[in-house]
Amino acid sequence: MNLQFLLDGLIAGSMIGLGAIGVTLTYSILRFSNFAHGDFMAWGAYAALAVVGAIGGSLPMAPLSFGWPLLLAMVVAMGLTALLALTLDWLLFARLRARGQSIIVVMASFGASMALRSLLEFMFTSRPTYFSRAIQIAQPVGFGIRVTADQVALLLLTLALVVGMHLFMQRSQRGREMRAYSQNPALARVVGIDVDKVVRATWIIGAALACASGVMVGVLVQIRPLMGLDLLLPIFAAAILGGIGSVPGAVLGGLIIGLSEAAAVQFVGAEWRAAVAFVILMAVLLVRPMGLFGVAER
Amino acid sequence: MIDLLGYGAFFTSTALIFGLIALGLNLQWGLTGLFNVGIAGFVAIGAYSSAILTTPDAADRVGGFGWPILAGWLAAACITALAAAFTGYATLRLKSDYLAITTFGVAVVVQLVALNAQGLTGGPFGVAFIPRPFASLQEHAVAFNFANLAVIASVVLATYLALERLSRSPWGRVLRALREDERAATALGKSAQSYRIQAFAVGGAVMGLAGAVQAHFIGFIAPDNYLPTLTFQVWAMLMVGGSGSNRGAILGAIVVWAIWVGSGSFTAAIVPSDLQARAASLQIVAIGVMLCLILLWRPQGFFGAGRKK
Repeated sequence: MNLQFLLDGLIAGSMIGLGAIGVTLTYSILRFSNFAHGDFMAWGAYAALAVVGAIGGSLPMAPLSFGWPLLLAMVVAMGLTALLALTLDWLLFARLRARGQSIIVVMASFGASMALRSLLEFMFTSRPTYFSRAIQIAQPVGFGIRVTADQVALLLLTLALVVGMHLFMQRSQRGREMRAYSQNPALARVVGIDVDKVVRATWIIGAALACASGVMVGVLVQIRPLMGLDLLLPIFAAAILGGIGSVPGAVLGGLIIGLSEAAAVQFVGAEWRAAVAFVILMAVLLVRPMGLFGVAER
Repeated sequence: MIDLLGYGAFFTSTALIFGLIALGLNLQWGLTGLFNVGIAGFVAIGAYSSAILTTPDAADRVGGFGWPILAGWLAAACITALAAAFTGYATLRLKSDYLAITTFGVAVVVQLVALNAQGLTGGPFGVAFIPRPFASLQEHAVAFNFANLAVIASVVLATYLALERLSRSPWGRVLRALREDERAATALGKSAQSYRIQAFAVGGAVMGLAGAVQAHFIGFIAPDNYLPTLTFQVWAMLMVGGSGSNRGAILGAIVVWAIWVGSGSFTAAIVPSDLQARAASLQIVAIGVMLCLILLWRPQGFFGAGRKK
């Protein structure tokens, strides 16, 4: 049996997990499922592509297909994606949230998602594009698994982002405020937590991680306007599987979905890959709707 | 002149089929407050069900049942209702967002089955030779178009009357009560979950029926007919028309479809052909922005009863 699918699943899963962190935070703090989250990934990837183009040259670092310009571009693009999310919130979501009907906000995010995606298609056409067209040689690492330098680098980057996020949520003051607000908004207000700052932090973190995930998809696969839409179902499934509000749960959920998808590609057929997330989602909803790390609804 | 008449009938038929889908959505959303992001999936289930049951034998997929068209439509409504009921059963006891996410997933999976289960759906090539009502009239284009329009209009009218009746019935009152104040309604002994599943299933049945009617109107279906854009268009139609109003749903469908077709041929006329795909995506951007603006400024729509939620 070829074990390569384990590595493929791990990589796909870490990109899904990064996206799911944003979804799970938006859901637990702003109380709506954001259908535009996938499009933050796509916008982040295209923003990074534009910044790389503006810096000029890719200057790859030895075994990698990319160099410091892409890393720099990713950081800039994370900021730009956060700006996009904050602008959307200011224009649309915040106003609707104030009316208190959360399902209307979901609907607005659905409309915004359609508009954002089609805007990308308008600007860049639906043809896929790449950060680099260089071919990477995969090195064998034993057990019949081969890995490219890019994959190793991006797995390490994911690990760093996830550990950083976890520490931020557990140790920093803002992280504690975010958790407090998600558990009990009224009480959080009473103890003097600045809700606007919590909301802002949620958008910034969610959008920045979505952007990072989008750039990774761009480096390892390709950049397309529909890339976010294709990842939306796995991301939602991962967030629910992990338990809404739980950052480690979102990452673990992402890894489980990624590995299951890769296993399905190996054993069932690549054309059924997209159904895996749905099957897992239905199973979770029927058997354990609170997810792995979730808390039961009051 | 004759061409224009024929086109007018064709346009109205297409718009009315959208109106039928919007009627189903209005029962789910307008009356009951259930958010369905997988409309395209439910429409596709109806279309494929009826197509498979009524088409003559095809070499490389199941079929050859040769049912009459009406039986196919009924079966389409029933099968879609079952699919919707199951979706509702799995999600409606949970948070309202889970229904949205799951219906989104339903649309993805239906699209996948339509594309890949060649033995059932014909795969990317779709299902052809779907029997059309009044096929014997096909030589007389205008008569054929108007006969079809009459069929579609009567289906829409019958559904409209049935839904109007339903929403005034005790059953409809319970749905409204649940939407307005769930706690009060459940305190009166009405099971919120069971009523919502029923409403979702009936709305799904109407969508499935619409898919079947459309399939038999065009005579050919393929997975590409059921992309997320369809879901999005129907939502725009209901929001423009005013959610909660069946009349608004139909009027909204006609208006939005007119805007869609009009702006489509307008850009086709002025934009050079190599940029047409881009211009088409701008059309979707415009509708998306419009949907958000309506949500912000005129949530009751333009033709609705104007009743404040």
